[in-house]
Amino acid sequence: MSKALIDLIKKNFGAAVLETHSLYGDDTIVVEAAAWREVARFLRDTPQCSMDMLTDLTAVDYPEREPRFEIVAHFYSLSKGHRLRLKTRTGDSEGDEAEVDSLTELWASANWMEREVFDMFGVIFKNHPDLRRILMYPEFEGHPLRKDYPADKIQPLIAYRDVPNIEKVAPFSVDEGMSFGRQTHASSRRDDSQVN
Amino acid sequence: MGELKQSSTQILEPGGSGGAQFATTRLEAVLAWAQKYSLFMYPFVTACCGMEFMSVSSPRYDFSRFGSEAPRFSPRQSDLLWVVGTITQRQAPILKRIYEQMAEPKWVLAFGTCASCGGFYDNYACVAGVDKVIPCDVYVPGCPPRPEAVLDGLMLLQDKIQTGNRTPAIVKPRQDPVVEQNIGLVQLRKSRTSVA
Repeated sequence: MSKALIDLIKKNFGAAVLETHSLYGDDTIVVEAAAWREVARFLRDTPQCSMDMLTDLTAVDYPEREPRFEIVAHFYSLSKGHRLRLKTRTGDSEGDEAEVDSLTELWASANWMEREVFDMFGVIFKNHPDLRRILMYPEFEGHPLRKDYPADKIQPLIAYRDVPNIEKVAPFSVDEGMSFGRQTHASSRRDDSQVN
Repeated sequence: MGELKQSSTQILEPGGSGGAQFATTRLEAVLAWAQKYSLFMYPFVTACCGMEFMSVSSPRYDFSRFGSEAPRFSPRQSDLLWVVGTITQRQAPILKRIYEQMAEPKWVLAFGTCASCGGFYDNYACVAGVDKVIPCDVYVPGCPPRPEAVLDGLMLLQDKIQTGNRTPAIVKPRQDPVVEQNIGLVQLRKSRTSVA
């Protein structure tokens, strides 16, 4: 049954399918970004597929690849009981021009998940009804789950207290706490940069 | 509802034979004594430590024994701010505003590792300890802290209120009395065989 789904997509969107695999029974299809929404619509509307549930929609950042981002959607059919993973690739090495069609008009559950992907990775979903940040605050600059976002970079919304050594206020001493803490142990951070 | 019976209450009258009839003290000491046993609390509960907070406030551990019984969900009526759980950068302005709305005298207790120093939430989204935003009186470490540690923290705060000491303090871990007295399981078995 599982291979039948992949074959069906290959038959109808042969030119747009980049690769497929079925590792451990997880059927996966990677398609061109331009065909993203049409493949999804086909999966929802065709009776053999009838993917009536969008379980998850997220993204992965591969900074060494071009296109850089991989958008991953997981579909489930409540009536047929089968699943499919659909992927697409978008964005250049700088992370710009990461654009893909929104699936919100097909599955309402895509709305917030696409907002999260936009918030965390900066992928633009075209024709999304309300594309703005969902987890971070509007003042936040950049997209924190991109691999080039510095791990120790914070953007406080309000100013910290005007106290000496605010990173370690008494009664905490410098060596107290988690030694690998990036915000509180500046020395360990310096060691890392010397190694690199 | 029973009527108060005068026979069960001893009324001290000047010139009577009922022992000490007055006591001398300082006004600050009486005020501090009253304050430390009538801490109206504002629970700012954001994360899993809230479960432990409920445990301490429920009858088994029952911190109402220490006079901090009444939760007030208006900061204007409360004396003690319990910061229970992780504070994100997005939540920091809200926490600061709650703190500023409280009337003097006011105290802050950081409940758990996240509120104390951020713990392993060393990332773009979280504040590494509430003392970055508001001054803090007592830190209770633990992930989550044991109810005994919370009671220790409450009593530590009461001591600090009584003495008028506003230096921040940490609850130190308790020593296990069994280990200290060197009567572990091995010793217990030895003593049993020697008796037999």
